[in-house]
Amino acid sequence: MTAESHHPFTTVIGLEVHVQLQTETKLFCGCVTTFGSAPNTQVCPTCLGLPGSLPVMNRRAFDLSLRAALALNCKIASFTKWDRKNYFYPDLPKGYQISQFDLPFSYEGHLEVTDPKGAFEPRNVRIIRVHLEEDAGKSMHDETAGTADSRIDLNRTGTPLCEIVTEPDMRSPEEARAWLNELKLLLVYLGVSDCNMQEGSLRVDANVNLHIPQPDGRLAKTPIVEIKNMNSFRSVERALIYETERQWGEWQATHAEIGSMPKQTRGWDDSAGVTRGQRHKEESSDYRYFPEPDLVPVTVSEEQVATVRATMGEPPAMLRKTLAERWHIPAYDADVLVNQGPELVEYFEDLANKVGEGKVASNWMQQDVLRMLNERGGRIADFPVQPAAVADIIARVKKGDFDTGRGKEIFAAVLETGKPVDEVVASMGIAAVDEGDLQKLCEELIAENPKIVADVKGGKEQAAGGLIGQAKRKNPNVNPGKVRALALELIRALP
Amino acid sequence: MPAQDEAPPTLTRDDVIKVAMLARLALSDTELSSLTEELSKIVGFVSQLSELDTDEVEPLAHPLDSQNVFREDRPVPSLATADALRCAPRHDEECFLVPAVLGESGSA
Repeated sequence: MTAESHHPFTTVIGLEVHVQLQTETKLFCGCVTTFGSAPNTQVCPTCLGLPGSLPVMNRRAFDLSLRAALALNCKIASFTKWDRKNYFYPDLPKGYQISQFDLPFSYEGHLEVTDPKGAFEPRNVRIIRVHLEEDAGKSMHDETAGTADSRIDLNRTGTPLCEIVTEPDMRSPEEARAWLNELKLLLVYLGVSDCNMQEGSLRVDANVNLHIPQPDGRLAKTPIVEIKNMNSFRSVERALIYETERQWGEWQATHAEIGSMPKQTRGWDDSAGVTRGQRHKEESSDYRYFPEPDLVPVTVSEEQVATVRATMGEPPAMLRKTLAERWHIPAYDADVLVNQGPELVEYFEDLANKVGEGKVASNWMQQDVLRMLNERGGRIADFPVQPAAVADIIARVKKGDFDTGRGKEIFAAVLETGKPVDEVVASMGIAAVDEGDLQKLCEELIAENPKIVADVKGGKEQAAGGLIGQAKRKNPNVNPGKVRALALELIRALP
Repeated sequence: MPAQDEAPPTLTRDDVIKVAMLARLALSDTELSSLTEELSKIVGFVSQLSELDTDEVEPLAHPLDSQNVFREDRPVPSLATADALRCAPRHDEECFLVPAVLGESGSA
């Protein structure tokens, strides 16, 4: 439940997202960016900040960030430069971060999020800016070891990051989470980032405060709090829900408004489910930016923008429409499929092509493939049953070899045993019932069920349904549709 | 040189204390006094620029008349860990060692 449903205020949320760009190497040097390597094995004089080393911009990092900015409907600056953001921290060997201050390469974009179930109104979230900067390293402190030292691993130092800053346009924790999902989907589809939060490829900070209408018509605003340390979208939502309630309690107790204190930073403690005030670093906001003398500016022409735009692929919002139109499936189906990511869409389109009917393929995707995938966990790329096998099963159902229910059992068995469809069908004793057997079976049923026969003759065709259960008991492989059709035909032919 | 309309800006001792803190410099009282005087002179000298009308002048992003210098996204061998750590005052087998860092990273 969202806070505003029972409190007289509006929750105002803005996000700051850092995503790691999908490059082989760092932003300013040729060290690889592989996650999980042994500490300090991916470092060189440049990313260690050793004297005499110089940064050179990674072209792919710049192109990917351009792609991200265009996908977020940003304006692209024709001239952009980098700046030094100065601060001291052990994970920042140069003593400054190369970032963008006054001339980011892109600005004023937007990304809309809609909820297919209609839990909230479509929300267009404005993007203030997208800029390109380098990451810092990692400091590790093992408190249980009782040592007074922290260990510094600089493998991550200099990894290219895109920073995406939104306007405070979100109005509930749920909306913020949904928007993050849409952003992630977009960046994954366009190959900008893998957005893996566990590996730190996507990090989110949230700014939140409350707007509270006063009896005199004035709008009171609580002090803005920045929340850090959230390691999943679920955590972002939980932290925002908690923080909303906390600020409401604080407001009732103190009536403290924005401007009455410096901006506060609070860290989210996931296991305790609370945000905690972080020590305010004195003057920490005084970064003394100045233009980076070691990097020359970058200019971007309209042709370059057009090239990136033409090659960047289809964003999810457009793909949902395309899929729905191309395969004649409902918008809801397209939404479910697209939200699972590009690999699943590829699987679906392969299946739909083989089956020749989008809706049938979509039903199987949602009822069988996705259900099993969720049960098993893992990625669709590693799913053992290929689209060809699913299409084979569907084709046999259509042909009348067996019914859909039996087809689903076969699918489950193929998944479980890893055997080809043919073998599974044979081992389950499923053989297509031949026409002669079917005829014999229907004749038996008619002889055994005079009441049903009379009902059908009397015009109640649905009474024939009673024969199907019996037919399945006699031979589990019969096709119910065929039994029904043949039985009706035989009954009508009776004198 | 034209006469200045306003007195050049001066730095106070507190300004210097703040800048020294940001630069992590521990200055003695004597150093603070001399630096306050010297830095004030530098700021005063640079402030002569404010006498010029720069309304029509594009800010200079970089002194070199060069743009768009890139490298391809191709890996280059990194340093051996032992070499990377060699110049550090303190390190173990794999990491740089620094006095305990608790709490949050500074930025990014």
